[in-house]
Order: sequence, then structure tokens, then C-alpha cells
Amino acid sequence: MMYKDTPVILTQTGEVTGQRMIPQAELEHVDAKSYYGKAFRAEKLPLPNLSEIGVIRHYTNLSLKNYGVENGTYPLGSCTMKYNPKINEDSAGLPGFANSHPLQPDSTIQGNLELLWDLEKKLSFICGMDRFSFQPAAGAHGELLGLLLIKAYHEKRGDTKRNVMIIPDSAHGTNPASAMMVGYDVREVKSNEKGMVDIGALKKAIGDGEEIAGLMLTNPSTLGIFDESILEITKLIHDAGGLNYYDGANLNAITMRVRPGDMGFDVVHLNVHKSFSTPHGGGGPGAGPVGLKKILEPYMPVPFVQPDGDKFKLVHESEDSIGKIRGFIGSHGIFVRTYAYILANGRQGLREVSEGAVANSRYIYERVKDYYRVGTTSKTMHEFVISADNLKSKYGVTAMDVAKRLIDYGFHPPTVYFPLIVPEALMVEPTETETKRDLDGLADALIQIAKEAETDPDVIKAAPHNTPIARPNETQAARNPILKV
Amino acid sequence: MNGYLPQDRESRRAMLESVGIDLDKLFDMVPEQLQYDGTCDCLNEEGLSELEVIRALEALASKNVDSRRYDSYLGGGIYDHYQPSAIRHLTQRQEFLTAYTPYQAEISQGTMQAIFEWQSYICRLTGLDVSNASMYDGPSSAAEAMLMACRAKRRNRVFVSEGVNPETRQTIRTYLHAVGFDIVVGALDENGQTQQFLPEEGDEYAAWLIQSPNYYGVVEDLESFAEKAHAAGALAVASCDLVSLALLKSPGECGIDIAVGDGQSLGLPQNFGGPTVGYMATTDALLRRMPGRICGQTVDRDGKTCYVLTIQAREQHIRREKATSNICSNQALLATTATIYLAMMGEAGLTEVALQSQTKAMYLRDKLIDTGLFEPVFKGAFFREFALRPVDGVDLKALNEALLDEHILGGYVLPGNMWLIAVTEKKTVEQLDRFVDAVRRLAKKEVAK
Repeated sequence: MMYKDTPVILTQTGEVTGQRMIPQAELEHVDAKSYYGKAFRAEKLPLPNLSEIGVIRHYTNLSLKNYGVENGTYPLGSCTMKYNPKINEDSAGLPGFANSHPLQPDSTIQGNLELLWDLEKKLSFICGMDRFSFQPAAGAHGELLGLLLIKAYHEKRGDTKRNVMIIPDSAHGTNPASAMMVGYDVREVKSNEKGMVDIGALKKAIGDGEEIAGLMLTNPSTLGIFDESILEITKLIHDAGGLNYYDGANLNAITMRVRPGDMGFDVVHLNVHKSFSTPHGGGGPGAGPVGLKKILEPYMPVPFVQPDGDKFKLVHESEDSIGKIRGFIGSHGIFVRTYAYILANGRQGLREVSEGAVANSRYIYERVKDYYRVGTTSKTMHEFVISADNLKSKYGVTAMDVAKRLIDYGFHPPTVYFPLIVPEALMVEPTETETKRDLDGLADALIQIAKEAETDPDVIKAAPHNTPIARPNETQAARNPILKV
Repeated sequence: MNGYLPQDRESRRAMLESVGIDLDKLFDMVPEQLQYDGTCDCLNEEGLSELEVIRALEALASKNVDSRRYDSYLGGGIYDHYQPSAIRHLTQRQEFLTAYTPYQAEISQGTMQAIFEWQSYICRLTGLDVSNASMYDGPSSAAEAMLMACRAKRRNRVFVSEGVNPETRQTIRTYLHAVGFDIVVGALDENGQTQQFLPEEGDEYAAWLIQSPNYYGVVEDLESFAEKAHAAGALAVASCDLVSLALLKSPGECGIDIAVGDGQSLGLPQNFGGPTVGYMATTDALLRRMPGRICGQTVDRDGKTCYVLTIQAREQHIRREKATSNICSNQALLATTATIYLAMMGEAGLTEVALQSQTKAMYLRDKLIDTGLFEPVFKGAFFREFALRPVDGVDLKALNEALLDEHILGGYVLPGNMWLIAVTEKKTVEQLDRFVDAVRRLAKKEVAK
């Protein structure tokens, strides 16, 4: 396949623009210049006028320079790149959803409200929570909301000294960044040799407990390891007066098998663009709905859905609410997809999701573990982390080199250099929607690359070979930023 | 059996056996007391077929009223502009739709270049130096701008005009309260503008925030606002609708330091309020204080032009608790949607959309005032949206109820019985006349009651 040159669209000119998207004006245009006076834009907008086919070819050719889930296996650890069912897209595009306005009277949005209420019940059951808020636009936004709820809970009780959030060293970078957003200090706890929270270190971090606002944890961790001491961990935090926050990025491992609420968590965010199959769109829109236990209900953001006789209503005011963290109700279009996905799976199907996710990951792990360094003997779940530092020390082949070489074999690379506690980390999450052939292909490729590191390391270091571009010069990009045309 | 999985339990069992793992012991790392296999009425036990799924969703969607079946005059931050057909076809391409954040540049140039083009379009519309790769939506983008200003100025108080959308004001309040910062809201004058009620000299604000056109549709004087904010040592921040910038002087030209807002009006469906896309643009001087991802142009090993995520030292995955924000996922696909919209419409198309929207809005406003039932709330020049007040006490909520029977979604009723009415290019003169006629008939009936 030849990749076409695609000059930046704004630099393209010289086309005849015959396209007309809207009817000709029925009324004589307002004289904007005299109407707006000095607020009027003196110069025309500096945007090119292009032909329809020109624009379509440009973006079609751009799209061909991307790799999506439908191209092949996308084992990006912690990102759960599963198949995004087509019917979800059709569902969200139904005019009744896509063309409804957030300020319509409740009587005219009963379908939206019924869907959200039913989805709230479904997600609450799946997570062992009492309520769900649909406000957060992404996982990190969910973390922000979860921490705002925890903060509001402590403040309401007059417990204002609690300003420390405990976060393990294997956590996603968003966890400490979110803690900063609510003014909390971060206290990091180390993982033990099993890849789990070190209970001794945790106790030390808690100290007398008076400063502890709570704990943020994902379980299984970013190492794909389920923390066997989870009940002890969450109890230690509760005993200290703190609350437990569940980062739901890894829910795919445990869906309908273990519930965050049963593990002792008080608040949880889900990444529905991970566990619930909504597409990631090259970086969003995702959605990060937040589940919460009864004790946090008074602080829920507004608006939220409430039954009203046999109808539903939006509640816009609630005395102790934390307020709002974005406009309107939430990313409704994403929740339509989430809802369609849960219906298509049913309870049994969701149990099979987690089973398939763990089975596929374990299978690849078993096949490749002798070729890379493995850090721990703990059984992993939906994802696993291997290290390329054996290849680096012997042959100078880094995790990034392995990642780039995988592209030559037709796979999207795994997550690299994360979690930070593993040097030369390759974090592999195949997801449940892969065929046996694809799983074997990925395992074969990882093995083959480890062998190549010995026989022909240069071919790995020069990878990828057949992509639209070779490895980019990132240093130049940061030193001399060119951020627009 | 799960319809989306390419293996069943038996093939899964066989696969695992080949590497010495027992499928039935797959979850034995989970303490037994935590293993859960409960059922609930709220979850269908078995999965539905695709046909059943779409039927269920169609049934729910049909319980909504929407702007295809009804004439809608709702705005307040979400607008019913036309979306060219090509946009959905292009953004539904799986290469854009299903990809993750472009961590691997070699196989993400499509997303990367689309983001670079978005940043370029945003800079040209706003007249500012740099844009990021997108924010969640308008309100959260404004809140992040306030935090950014507080960090830049080392001050912990912001001034926000009452003309800023209440959704945005509430969001700012929540974000700022979390870190103990204050928000002070200033009133509007009789023109519906912020000018007369600016902070006193000597008040130490990190930022002054204004919206133009503001919540009531009134166009604000950004130039004098920016000048006064700077004189007071604050950053001037403006929330601007991107369609309006086809007619109005850009915030950059007016001296604004940070422009934020929502890109929904650029070819995005209303989606019951989300997902939309937020934008943020600023000056070179503030680049490294900006939250969110940024895409930059560079060259590859062979000297070929390409695009990468850059200036990442601000971000959470590098800086953790010292990052400028916790934002990670943004709204890339919707930024791409808006970018394709701008490419499709061009200067000519966008200007036509803006002119027709405004011309039709002015036509409707005049006709409604001519009925003798309403008066304008504010005198200032507006864009696409305006506020009216009934002269003889018509209850607008009741009027809206009555309009529903005629398949019209009337304007949004603001506190104090004011009607916020938005008109886009999609309305025909016939629809506008029908609206005026219905209002005249129904309002008189309401008054007679």
C-alpha cells in the first residue's frame, strides 16, 4: 500500500468549491459590519475553501495512516482495546438520542432518562455500588469527581485535617495528578516483591491516620496482579477514617467476578471506553462514570436522574452537591453505546468477557515468559508486564525497539515504560475479543523478536520498516515547537 | 455464549490446557469470599441479539422529542447547526474511531495530523498562538483556564462575568473550591454587557473571564475588557463561540490571553449535551502552562515531515502530581469532527452559516416583539441567540407546554420568566413564521386564563 502525501488541509488551495451544504439565504443578510461596529471582524477568516471530494480524500488518506482495532490486535496494556461493536454506533446515532437537547423539558426526554436510570442500576450492580454519576468525560475526570466526593464527605463532617491521598507506586499517572487537582498531598506506597501493596509500607504511610483522606487503588494493579490482601488494605484505610477509591481502568479483568464495592471501595470510576467497548476515537471521547456508596450520595454532582412516579426527572439542585465538573448531564452519546453493549452481553456474557480477557492474557504470558524477564511469580489477570532489560543488557534492544518491531509484524505495540516500577516494561493486554490465531500471532512475534535481538538487533533498532513514517525526532519537536500552520 | 467473542468456553479451555492452565481455576487468585456470581433483575441473564438490541434502543429513542421531528429554539450552549453528511462517514472510519491516543507515532499519523489541523484551525479562528489537542467541553475548559491563570499569576481568585453560561460558572466554582480558590461574579448592565461591573482597582485577580456572545447572546467588548484586565494585572480569558468568530473580531486580536469554549456548534450533534469538544488557545508565553495534549510537527529519521505528541513535560504521565492538569483522554474524535466540518465549510461556508443564523435570529426577534407580547431583555447587539421578557405576564413554561402540542420546542425559560431563544441557519422563514403565529395564538390564550 502506498501512503499518499497529505499536505496540511489549511495549506491546500486552488480548488473550485461547488459544494453547498445549506440552502441559499431567504432573507437579505444582516449588514454585520454596521451591526457589530468595532466588534466586527475586519478581515475574512483565514480558512481555505475546499471541494467536497478534496476534503473526503484528504481525511480518507489520513485515516489510512492510522492503526485501529479493526486492523488487528491492539494489546495496549491498561487501555483494553477490545472490539467496538458496530451496533453501538448505530444506536448512538438514532435521531432521538443524537438530536435531543439537554435543556428540553423532562417530559420530552423520557427515553434518555429511562436509559440513564436503567444504566445506573446496571452499573451499580456490576460494581457493588449504590449510585452512579454520569458527569465525568473520561477516566481522569472520574478520578477528579471521586476525590471531590471524598473531600466533600470529610468536610461535611468537619474533618478538615485529612489532606493525604495514599497511592501505590504502580498507579496510573492520573491518580497523583487528580489528587493534586483537589489539593491533596500524595503519599506513595511501594509494591512488594509479589507486585502487591506492601502492607508494612501502607501501615507506615497511614501513621496515626489523622491526615488520611483515602486511598486510590486499581485491583488488579497495573501489573495485572490481583492484590490478595485487598480486604485488609481497605479496612486499614477505613479504620484510619479514610475512604477507598477504585480506579476502574482494569475492571475488564473482574467484570461480574469480583465487585469493587465488595472489596471495600466507597467510590469507583469506570472507563467505559475500555471495559464497556465504546471506541476511543484516537484519544476520546471516553467517559468515566463514577459509582458511589450511599454515604457519598448527598454530594453527587447535579443534575442526576431520579424516578418520579412512573416517569423520570432530572434533579438540578441538591443541597450538599459538589456542583458540576462539566456542562449538562454527561457524555450521553457514549452511555447509549455502553447500554447497548451491556444488553448485548447480558450477565452471563459479561462474566465471559472477564474470563476471555484473563484467559487470553494468561495464554500469551505462558507462551512468551521464557523469552523476556518476568518480575514476579504472581499469577496475572487481564494483562501482564514483561521486561526487555534482558535484551537491552545483552543486545542493546530496548522495550521501545521491541514495540516498534511488533509493528512490522502487523501488531499494535503494547504499552511501554509503564508501570514505572518495571524497567524496560512491556505491558500486554490482548483483551477477550481476539481470535486464537491472533493470540498465537502476537506470541510468535514477541518470541521471534527476542530471537532476532540475538541474531539481528539492527533490524529491530531500525524498526518499523513499512509505516507511513519512520521513528520521529521528538527532541526537535519539543525544542522548536511547530504547533500549527 | 457471548456474541462478541471469537472463542467459546471449550476452545478457551483447550487453549489454556495447551499451556498447562485450568480454565476453572482462572480466577483462583481472587480470595473465595470475594468471588461473586449474583444475579439481578436489572441485568438480562443472557445477551440479546443485535436485532433485539437495536429494537430496545429504538424504543427508548422514540420516547424522546428531537429536533428532527420538532422545530427547536433551544440553545444555551448547544446549537442545532447543520452537519454535512461527509463528516459522519469520515469519522466513522474505524481508523479514526477505534484507535487509542496516538502513543505510537508511526501508526498514528492520521490522528496526529488531524489534531495538528484542529490546533491550526483553532489558532486561526481565535487569533491566538497555540492550541491544545482539545478539552472535555466548554465549561471544563474554562475551569482549567482559571486554574492555569491562578498558577501563572500566583493568585487565588478569579473574576467571572454573569454573562458566562451558568454551566460554566458552576463548573469553575467546583474546580476552584477544591483547591480553596475564590470566584467572584460580576453583573451585567442594561445592554447585557459586563463593562460597567468590573472589579475595583487593586483587587488581585488571577483572571477575568468573559463570554462572547454571552449566555444571553449579547456580543461583549473584548478589547476594552482585555485592556482593563491587563491594567489590573490579571489574565484576560474569553469563552467564545467558534461560529460567531466568522463575523466577530478574534479574541487574539482583542488582546485576550486565553480563549476557551465548546466546539459543538462546529458540526457536532446536540447529543443531549455530550459528548462535545472543548477547545483552549493561548499565547506563546503561556504555552508551557497549558493543560492537555499538544501535537507538534517534526521530521522522522529520514527527514520526512511528521507529527508527534510534544511538550509532554507538563502532563500527568510524566509529572504525576506536579502536572498542569490530570487530563489524559480528551475528545480527539470530536476535534477531528469539528476539523472536518471547518474543512468542508471553509471561510465561505462558515460565514454563510453565521450570517444566516444571525439574520434569521434578528427576523424572529423582531417578529416576536412586533406581536406586542414581548420586549427584549437587553439592548446590545447579539449573535444567534437573544432573551425576551413577556410584557403582560405570560407564563413561559405554560407557553412552552402548549407549543409542544404544535411540535415546537420553545426557547429555554430562564429564572425570572425570561425566554432564551436560539436560531440557526437550519430554520426556514416558514418555520419562523409558524413559530410566531403559534406564539401569538397560544400566548393570548395563556393570558386569557
